[in-house]
Amino acid sequence: MWAFGRVSGFMSLALFTVSVLLGILTRSGRPLLVLPRFSVSILHRNIALLATVFLGLHVGSLLLDSFAKLRPVDVVVPFLGSFRPFWQGLGTVALDLVAAVIVTALLRQRIGHRAFKAVHWLTYAVWPVAMAHALGNGTDAAGQWFLLLAAASGAAIAGALLWRLSSTFLETARARGGNLQ
Amino acid sequence: MTATLHIDWTRCDGRGLCTELLAGVLVRDDWGYPVARGRQGAERTDVPTRPSDADAARDAVSLCPKLALSLRDPASGGPQRRR
Repeated sequence: MWAFGRVSGFMSLALFTVSVLLGILTRSGRPLLVLPRFSVSILHRNIALLATVFLGLHVGSLLLDSFAKLRPVDVVVPFLGSFRPFWQGLGTVALDLVAAVIVTALLRQRIGHRAFKAVHWLTYAVWPVAMAHALGNGTDAAGQWFLLLAAASGAAIAGALLWRLSSTFLETARARGGNLQ
Repeated sequence: MTATLHIDWTRCDGRGLCTELLAGVLVRDDWGYPVARGRQGAERTDVPTRPSDADAARDAVSLCPKLALSLRDPASGGPQRRR
């Protein structure tokens, strides 16, 4: 259970990283190499759902683990844990936010675009919180392979964020801003 | 019966997913927005679709990032958003 809990947590974080990158790409409106736009959008959704499955396995297995000593309340309420409560609490915060994002994303057609979008912005908060939880709480955080992958995904997210904020982010930015330039 | 694909222009941002899924029905203009191929006037907003395009139209409605599309069934008249 302990080994499984660690690996599933790592998988979840890696998949969420990919999902955030694909989400930013979806927002820009560009296709990805041979993948058309709707495929990128579906891939973004499915990888996020897969990451959530691993997140469920991560929490579920550690809930049953005798070493982690998680109580059911720790799944919902942050900062009450016995082992590094602050860093563990960040994981709980991320889990709660992910739950909100997933539910509103699946109900997008019902609740409308504005509510969906407002909650979906939380993903930008979830990623750093989840990464801090992995670095601060994870017992593999000192491992070289973990630090390498954490640095690589951090750089990828930071790069995507800078691209997101740049003026030529939208596929149609040049055409739409044509008269301004 | 053929359903019509309604485009809500106040929501549309021209992301281009619908023009990929319904390549035979919609083309993209220079700014990314969908234009109904060979249609004039109101049919550019309420685009008639053939039954063979029904699946692609439903996918376009559910995948539109801005929720700007809806399918209208001429039999029932009212707007219907299908998943």
